[in-house]
Amino acid sequence: MANTRQIKDRGMNVFFFCIATASITILFMISVFLFMEGLPIFKVVSVKDFIFGSYWYPTSDPPDFGIFPLIIGSVVVTILSAAVSIPLGVMSAVYLAEIARVKIREIVKPIVELLAALPSVVIGFFGMVIVAPFLQNVLDIPTGLNIFNASLMLAFMSVPTICSISEDAIYSVPTNLKEASLALGATHLETIVRVVLPASISGISTAIILGMSRAIGETMVVLMVAGGAAMVPASIFDPARPMPASIAAEMAEAPFRGDHYYALFATGIVLFVFVFIFNIIAEHIAHKYRQVGEASL
Amino acid sequence: MERPLKMVSNHLHFYYGDFEALHDISLEFSENKVTALIGPSGCGKSTYLRCMNRMNDLIAYSRMEGELLLDGEDIYAPSVDVVTIRSRVGMVLQKPNPFPKSIFENIAYGLKVNGVKDKSKIASKVEKSLIRAALWGEVKDRLHDSALGLSGGQQQRLCIARALAVEPEVLLMDEPCSALDPIATQKIEELIHQLKITYTIIIVTHNMQQAARVSDITAFFYMGKLIEVNYTNTLFTRPKLKQTEDYITGRFG
Repeated sequence: MANTRQIKDRGMNVFFFCIATASITILFMISVFLFMEGLPIFKVVSVKDFIFGSYWYPTSDPPDFGIFPLIIGSVVVTILSAAVSIPLGVMSAVYLAEIARVKIREIVKPIVELLAALPSVVIGFFGMVIVAPFLQNVLDIPTGLNIFNASLMLAFMSVPTICSISEDAIYSVPTNLKEASLALGATHLETIVRVVLPASISGISTAIILGMSRAIGETMVVLMVAGGAAMVPASIFDPARPMPASIAAEMAEAPFRGDHYYALFATGIVLFVFVFIFNIIAEHIAHKYRQVGEASL
Repeated sequence: MERPLKMVSNHLHFYYGDFEALHDISLEFSENKVTALIGPSGCGKSTYLRCMNRMNDLIAYSRMEGELLLDGEDIYAPSVDVVTIRSRVGMVLQKPNPFPKSIFENIAYGLKVNGVKDKSKIASKVEKSLIRAALWGEVKDRLHDSALGLSGGQQQRLCIARALAVEPEVLLMDEPCSALDPIATQKIEELIHQLKITYTIIIVTHNMQQAARVSDITAFFYMGKLIEVNYTNTLFTRPKLKQTEDYITGRFG
């Protein structure tokens, strides 16, 4: 006869299995739903015209469902924000882990982590009320709600994540590796650039993935400060309409199961594929540089 | 036969915060001799070794008093460039710590940071250093493989080769064999015999037989103090102090 402890143990296994299955199933169902609601648009427009069409006029008659300007909006905003957030985040992490005194690190690190908790709507609000008028006045441009502003705001959303996780990676580089470098007559800077950063590249790429995932799918900030114009931008001071902003702004007005509704879900599919590919590439990079053996992190 | 003094410490004290880890150490290291530092764990011998290439500079809240001379010059003088000192005083640590780079790059690293740019010069230095560290034969066909794929003993010889490549004058070794098996240990000890022709070697070891085998002079540390120093033969056969005798015969420690 199985005793009560064994029964409890088996019960526990079943319990955790059910929880795990439920979570994964629900996420899977959401993806299925996304495709079910998005694919019907391709009866109206071809995949090619949908992705490469330059006109997004979903409510005109006849409507145009070309999301190319939306895709470009997303891509440009993401790349530009990465160009700001990666150097800022990683260099701040180097300062905290390698250069700052212990006391400063102990105070600053938790503050940086707290900043990651800033709600995106607050950052969007700041971009709208402070940064936009500033850009408009200083650069003498028609609107301060543009790609540059949105990228900047997204960058400051990602910096805390990138900084905090990179800092963990850099800090955990074994002391004896740093000592080996210094003992050979390398300066502190040479040691950071040639030993510490390469040894922590796997953790730093993870940090960048997480920080940029937050930026690429971010809706509220781009909705508030990107300007919302569905056209292919000519400069970084033009307004843009990234995919998440378009979906969020239009979903409430799109007739249920009309073509516009399907088109927005299809935009969601494109966004999903983008993030998916992005994660795969990032995972690949992190894996490629993962170290093996004694010096691994 | 007296040789010129390579390094001298005069009344050296070292503190971690309020704790005095080294108390008034005065020692002389002659050129081309191997000096072994022995003593129980926590006696300060590693701390002392790390003073000699200013590695303790990295430790927050630590401070040193006294003088440490390299060729008669105080290496702690404000005008001294710590980077230059570290390229003159090489170090091999207890646990092999190759960089996560190729075998070749591990050795080329020290040359590159010290300003050697000529590729053929780097290549010949790498080869020479590996030959000196008795590793060339084992790795010559896979110089561009990761150094992390080597065995522990090979990694440690790689670390020695890496230290030799920058042509230091003094070589500090902090228990270089404690993570190695007896065969690898024997290879390293043979290497030390070869190397003392060119270098001044200071080695910290827990292994009394090793100290007896490789060193010319042995210094016994206990509780942050230098207890006794003498020619290795003399110290191991006729120690002056009871404390030293107890330690080397294994009665305490």
